[in-house]
Amino acid sequence: MMLELRHRGGCPGPGGAVAPPPREGEAAGGDHETESTSDKETDIDDRYGDLDSRADSDIPDIPPSSDRTPEILKKALSGLSSRWKNWWIRGILTLTMISLFFLIIYMGSFMLMLLVLGIQVKCFHEIITIGYRVYRSYDLPWFRTLSWYFLLCVNYFFYGETVADYFATFVQREEQLQFLIRYHRFISFALYLAGFCMFVLSLVKKHYRLQFYMFAWTHVTLLITVTQSHLVIQNLFEGMIWFLVPISSVICNDITAYLFGFFFGRTPLIKLSPKKTWEGFIGGFFSTVIFGFIAAYVLSKYQYFVCPVEYRSDVNSFVTECEPSELFQLRSYSLPPFLKAVLRQETVSLYPFQIHSVALSTFASLIGPFGGFFASGFKRAFKIKDFANTIPGHGGIMDRFDCQYLMATFVHVYITSFIRGPNPSRVLQQLLVLQPEQQLNIYKALKTHLIEKGLLQPTLKV
Amino acid sequence: MTELRQRVAREPDSVPEDKESESEAKVDGETASDSESRAELAPPPAPADDTPEVLNRALSNLSSRWKNWWVRGILTLAMIAFFFIIIYLGPMVLMMIVMCVQIKCFHEIITIGYNVYHSYDLPWFRTLSWYFLLCVNYFFYGETVTDYFFTLVQREEPLRILSKYHRFISFTLYLTGFCMFVLSLVKKHYRLQFYMFGWTHVTLLIVVTQSHLVIHNLFEGMIWFIVPISCVICNDIMAYMFGFFFGRTPLIKLSPKKTWEGFIGGFFATVVFGLLLSYVMSGYRCFVCPVEYNNDTNSFTVDCEPSDLFRLQEYNIPGVVQSVTGWKTVRMYPFQIHSIALSTFASLIGPFGGFFASGFKRAFKIKDFANTIPGHGGIMDRFDCQYLMATFVNVYIASFIRGPNPSKLIQQFLTLRPDQQLHIFNTLKSHLTDKGLLTAATEDE
Repeated sequence: MMLELRHRGGCPGPGGAVAPPPREGEAAGGDHETESTSDKETDIDDRYGDLDSRADSDIPDIPPSSDRTPEILKKALSGLSSRWKNWWIRGILTLTMISLFFLIIYMGSFMLMLLVLGIQVKCFHEIITIGYRVYRSYDLPWFRTLSWYFLLCVNYFFYGETVADYFATFVQREEQLQFLIRYHRFISFALYLAGFCMFVLSLVKKHYRLQFYMFAWTHVTLLITVTQSHLVIQNLFEGMIWFLVPISSVICNDITAYLFGFFFGRTPLIKLSPKKTWEGFIGGFFSTVIFGFIAAYVLSKYQYFVCPVEYRSDVNSFVTECEPSELFQLRSYSLPPFLKAVLRQETVSLYPFQIHSVALSTFASLIGPFGGFFASGFKRAFKIKDFANTIPGHGGIMDRFDCQYLMATFVHVYITSFIRGPNPSRVLQQLLVLQPEQQLNIYKALKTHLIEKGLLQPTLKV
Repeated sequence: MTELRQRVAREPDSVPEDKESESEAKVDGETASDSESRAELAPPPAPADDTPEVLNRALSNLSSRWKNWWVRGILTLAMIAFFFIIIYLGPMVLMMIVMCVQIKCFHEIITIGYNVYHSYDLPWFRTLSWYFLLCVNYFFYGETVTDYFFTLVQREEPLRILSKYHRFISFTLYLTGFCMFVLSLVKKHYRLQFYMFGWTHVTLLIVVTQSHLVIHNLFEGMIWFIVPISCVICNDIMAYMFGFFFGRTPLIKLSPKKTWEGFIGGFFATVVFGLLLSYVMSGYRCFVCPVEYNNDTNSFTVDCEPSDLFRLQEYNIPGVVQSVTGWKTVRMYPFQIHSIALSTFASLIGPFGGFFASGFKRAFKIKDFANTIPGHGGIMDRFDCQYLMATFVNVYIASFIRGPNPSKLIQQFLTLRPDQQLHIFNTLKSHLTDKGLLTAATEDE
């Protein structure tokens, strides 16, 4: 039985180029044949039980999906050797992605939100597809529907929370939206429960274990992709600079670590990714900090990047216009003595945000790669070369975003801990939902507090 | 797989004997693997893996089927008595019990994972699982403490700093665990390690979040903790009884012992039970008042003016019922109406939690989650129907009973910038004036 599985796995082609076409349908049919003729266990669950506890080397490879390098590129590069061809493809696609990124930034926050949503859905799809292939469970009853349904529920929950916070004025106007917002948690919970009950009702006798695995796989994927993407959007609303600087720091770290490793790399960093080197790691760290510093300086000047994104009901669109906060106003910092001697200046004018950017770049360089190692370990564990083949030469969307996993959460936690406290519009929203007596009590407490602080003049009695 | 079956069978002798004999029993009997007569709540503090010798000797004369019935019955009564004692001891002890139950459930599910994947000896993994449990608990307890013990926290300097940067500290702790996991990946065991990582996270999601929602409900008032849990227990017992006496039509292939008669009978019995129980409990302040931390006495107090929910009100009876009972109106607590919603959920959706656990046990070919409680199985076996109840009650309270927590809002307000505070204050003022709640007269108070 193991020999059969090994044959079926086949071998993936070199360098991520053309690979054997997916044979899931064939594989599934073959499974059933083996099952009925095997004299060992006939329960699918048992067979996969053995699969789980075997060592990695016995587990067959998963056939990757076909290569999608566009024909144009292939023809143009057909002259070069395959190693340079791969380098060129990667290079061209890199530039394409970076230009696409700039284009979307130019088009504004709404497009960015849509892009983030699109990436989230694609990442979810990629990871779930890997799950189907690992467990050969593509034909499980109901399961594809249930995965997409759960994705929809969790997105509904998160978007509902965001919409309520940021579109408060818009929402106050519409009656139906008011209802949806007030009972939002209840509605989301009811939707999730419906999915849960459907899952329980869909349990089929021979496939229990597989179904539970896919259920858990779906939930862990949701935890990773959907929560991160919503934190990205929350950061975006704080100001586009909180979205751009972290993401560019991670990208810069990837590129500079690769370049430093290419030119100076000698000492391997971690057994998991043999191509990473300490030289690349440290060189990448310093260049990313400098890059972040400069990018923060450049972006802090423009209101477009620096202001929180707001929805204006009169213009019915997003605006980024405000008085830049203190973080984005130049300040003089006195230099420590040794820098004074070097630069021969007493003080330097910096945006305070640049100091924060050092923290963000440090995180991107030191901890971000752990996200990459996690993804490498995952790919080795499940014997796949890339998450998918969406981007020719690079792999799937998840391959591009693996180092970003933790960055979005870190930026969000950083903002809420050090930059600002809770979201003021959210506080207001919640205040307006309270019972009238509670509102009155709070009003009185706030008034006392503000008068004490001298922010409010006590009213004169008439 | 045969290895796994053998390992499961190597349990203490008294239990599998009874189970095997039970599986021979007919329709009215029951096996330990189905969640029929779950009749209790809190575990004894000293988990015994074996039926105590005392019981064994006392019951040695009876046939093994009746012996099992008696063991289950005695343990049921012991657990219910324990539950009452803990309620009497107060919220602090209840919180600790919830915490212990949570840890034990986590331990049981993780142990099943180790057994399934034969991965007990994976490097670092046991440490990492417990570490993640600690992190997530730290995060949730920190949030709870910050919300409910605001004044205490503000007083003590170290607590204040811990609470201000709470999210950052929790995130750092989690990240450390994540990096340790990545560094612990070993060449031949990648897949197993990822499976255990996923298993740990899903378990945390189920067990730890539920237990913290339970504690939130508890702080809202002990009645919000006791009534839902008792409804689930009552539904278990009633469904079993109705099934025992009247059961004929099977309910779901997954649990062949469940019947439609049991399901429907259990539903009606639970609603009635919920109504009666809420009537009895709403009379007492100690159940009805939110749990607060009193700064002066440095302890928990449950003393307050009961809210509208817990004051008797007259309701007009609809015509149908009027002719039957001959009453025009009835005096009820509004909370009793809510209890109908809670009981309905417990009876209709609660069992799905039980089916989920049954499916899980069949998927991994285990009879019980563990052998902590003689005759009943593990702690998870007792709590499987409660999974969704705690979340439902929490969502219900947040949506229908009260809005956001006012003290938390004040606390958030105080951390805002002055211009934001002024903006919110003015918006609130205009809102209240619009609603007519604020006039020049009240302003001057």
